[in-house]
Amino acid sequence: MEAALLVENLRAYYLMRYFGIVREVRAVDDISIEVQRNEIYGLAGESSSGKTTFIKTIAAAIRPPLKVASGRIKYGFLDRDIYDLSPEALSAIRWKHLSYITQGSMNVLNPIRRVRQSFLDFAFRHIIRSKREFFKIVDGHLARLHLAPSVLSAYPHELSGGMRQRVAIALATICRPEFIIADEPTTALDVVVQKSVLRMIREAQQEFGSSMIFVTHDLTVHANIADRLGIMYAGRIVEEAPTREIFHNPMHPYTAHLVASLPRIGDATLKKALSGAPPSLADPPGGCRFHPRCPLAMDICRQVHPALTTLAANHRVACYAASPLVKPGAELAPAPGGIRAANP
Amino acid sequence: MQSLRPRPVESGLRTHETYQLNSDLLTVDHVTKVYSTGGVLGRTTFAAINNVSFSLQAARPEILAIIGESGSGKTTLARIILNMIAPTSGTITFRGTDLSRIHGRRGRLEFMSHVQPIFQNPFEAFNPLKRVDRYLFASARRFVGLRGRAAHEAAADRALKQVGLSLGEVKGRFPHELSGGQLQRTSIARALVSSPALIVADEPVSMVDASLRMSIVNLFKSLRDELKVSIIYITHDLATAYYISDRVMIMQKGKVVETGPARDVLSNPQHPYTALLRESVLSSDDADRR
Amino acid sequence: MFKIIRDLLRYNREFAAGAVLTTFVLIVAAMSAFSPYPSNQTYVVPPDMTPSWQYLFGTTSRGQDTFWQVTFALRNSLLFGFSVALISRILSLLVGLVAGYHGGIVDRLLMSLNDTFLVIPLFPLLVMFYFVLRDRMNWGLLAMIMGCLGWPFDARLIRSVTLSLKTREFTTQSVFSGMSTRQILLEDHLPYVLPIVFATTMANINWSIGLEVTLSVLGFTDVNTPTIGTMLYWANQHSAMISGVWWWFVAPTAFVVMTFIGLFLLSVSMNEYIDPRSRLARMGA
Repeated sequence: MEAALLVENLRAYYLMRYFGIVREVRAVDDISIEVQRNEIYGLAGESSSGKTTFIKTIAAAIRPPLKVASGRIKYGFLDRDIYDLSPEALSAIRWKHLSYITQGSMNVLNPIRRVRQSFLDFAFRHIIRSKREFFKIVDGHLARLHLAPSVLSAYPHELSGGMRQRVAIALATICRPEFIIADEPTTALDVVVQKSVLRMIREAQQEFGSSMIFVTHDLTVHANIADRLGIMYAGRIVEEAPTREIFHNPMHPYTAHLVASLPRIGDATLKKALSGAPPSLADPPGGCRFHPRCPLAMDICRQVHPALTTLAANHRVACYAASPLVKPGAELAPAPGGIRAANP
Repeated sequence: MQSLRPRPVESGLRTHETYQLNSDLLTVDHVTKVYSTGGVLGRTTFAAINNVSFSLQAARPEILAIIGESGSGKTTLARIILNMIAPTSGTITFRGTDLSRIHGRRGRLEFMSHVQPIFQNPFEAFNPLKRVDRYLFASARRFVGLRGRAAHEAAADRALKQVGLSLGEVKGRFPHELSGGQLQRTSIARALVSSPALIVADEPVSMVDASLRMSIVNLFKSLRDELKVSIIYITHDLATAYYISDRVMIMQKGKVVETGPARDVLSNPQHPYTALLRESVLSSDDADRR
Repeated sequence: MFKIIRDLLRYNREFAAGAVLTTFVLIVAAMSAFSPYPSNQTYVVPPDMTPSWQYLFGTTSRGQDTFWQVTFALRNSLLFGFSVALISRILSLLVGLVAGYHGGIVDRLLMSLNDTFLVIPLFPLLVMFYFVLRDRMNWGLLAMIMGCLGWPFDARLIRSVTLSLKTREFTTQSVFSGMSTRQILLEDHLPYVLPIVFATTMANINWSIGLEVTLSVLGFTDVNTPTIGTMLYWANQHSAMISGVWWWFVAPTAFVVMTFIGLFLLSVSMNEYIDPRSRLARMGA
């Protein structure tokens, strides 16, 4: 069955020139993943891992100085690479086939108009009916997500943070898109609200059958929502496996540390810390980017980066210490100066 | 009423004139903070903090975690304890001195040398246009009374070593050259320069990357155990509070709903709100239940 | 410092253009030191001569060499503009920083003072000063008065920046590091305030020269001192436009326009350079 999203060897760099200083930031460096249909793929990474750049790139929402240096992005509902679409075609698929849920609901809802206006702005041009029929569809949709239709007549600031995020989720799913990108949707919410919003996202995904990439740095959120989990470090994927596998059998030392350092109620044993800090993407270390902090670093780790290798069923790791099957990765050719600019 | 006359001083450059060393470290007594908004004709009031009381012992340093969601008043309480805003009613006493009686620059400086804050966002806590060692040197100068570059650098280096850094790593650097973890540790080092008795940390690791977080959380533990500093640790994360604190205080909408030893309260919550919080905590075990 | 100027000259065309214009104007003003004729004497050369190699900008109806008059005029006008700008910058910085940082009653008092000065109609006031002081009016006094009236608008701008800086966490950290208010304002806040100060200084210089020209053209200043404005005044008195002595008013006008444009370009390009956001981008943050 064709994948919902196929990313092959994606590289996206920032090239910045300012007063004679040239800086190249390799935010996304050779990433290949495959998201199946009806699956929630979790993407975990810290603040400097490049995950935000990655989802911006796959949504074709990038602007100079960020450019796609090489690679392929193929959605299941498109017959060609997303960067080969004309601006009109891109605008036609946005929201209807590809939508997103952002971290702040106020980034999506117009603060000076009522919520119903946001629904009109986003979805009306895709659901081509009369206004009355359109709103009947919206009401039905809200009812399926257990939201009162009265939210439509409220202003965003009249709703609580959790309620706004629920409205944003309803907004993102109204056109039944094949693919949803969720960028830290619950990070800004309170603990109590977070659980119920996560449940709503899960139910919405199951009900409408969309595929989803769910990005967050919080591993416990992934435990609750992701079917498969990809761990990103310094612009590369270092491990990918079904969620349960990641927590019970992490093979990469970085993943192992993240999992082991999660505090749990009922467990007061001392947890070990990791030394060093995530590298700057403008000047990453050679070889495996994790080697300066890795307790298992070997000579080869300093020289050539390991390739992301499939070890067990559905379990990919990029670490020489994890298994002798992991071989050095291909030498990355220097990136040309941006072969594709973004679509405006 | 507590007299402010100078008392016999300790040895060293700093004088503990106004603070008694053998009374309670901190006593918060029926503190309320009410904000009123609106114009002349229609004012509404709401209580950010409502009748909060607790105390910290001086003899035994401890970590008290104040747990609450947004709107619970925990940040307002922190600012009152730091003497940044005054309560509407109630008193705060630090080592026998009522905070409302601290006036003048000298008095405030002396109070700050005993009570220091740690902020949530390590990148915002430093002026991006200035080097980070500047704050360390200023603290060394004002609180410890040291003069001269060499003395400042020695004091800064001492403080940085206590948090696992060194002056060589930090000297001359701008905030963007350091990671969130390093910056937060530098903040803690800066707070330690004056050898404070109490540190008020407002969500100190929520904006620090996951791989750096545990080292900072463990650092707080060692501050309590080795440097004998008491810490008020404000957070919304129950799991970290369980891991690190001795006592917890749960706040909801300005009121304290439950307080007690950390392990007891979080394992066996009595108040329904605490139980709700406990239940909403996500954990990696959830992966097995799905 | 020189590296900054070199960088700007190389990469910023506006700065290069502004630098060229302003340097040219300054050189011309500096040439006043070499004038063969004292500035206030009349009928030292044949009047109404058209521009030629002997008299670069011709001569005026009062028998003065227009070129050397222009050098004096530029020098005096620029000096006047700079001194007004200096006085009003200091005042606006003081008021803005203190009001923004302290807040409360101090802020309210200072802002009431500020707004009072803001609404004073400048031009009638200056004319009134002239009529009252008449002979005792000199340039220094005029500069003082204008300096004391030109600060309110910018003080409010500086105050708003300081207000926002006060809420940032690094200000609290500075306070808890024991820094004094003065230290915080000068070391932490000033770099953010400087872009505004810079932009407004250039605008201020242009404004004060413009006002001086207006007053002088109408004869409300000491018309015996050569400035851009007084040159135009005398040109008017002798009906230069009608009698065809066009070089008398074109020369000073051209130079004052060059000054305005040069200063404007400089301020815009320097402003972009010292803006904290662009500084941070260059540092790589």
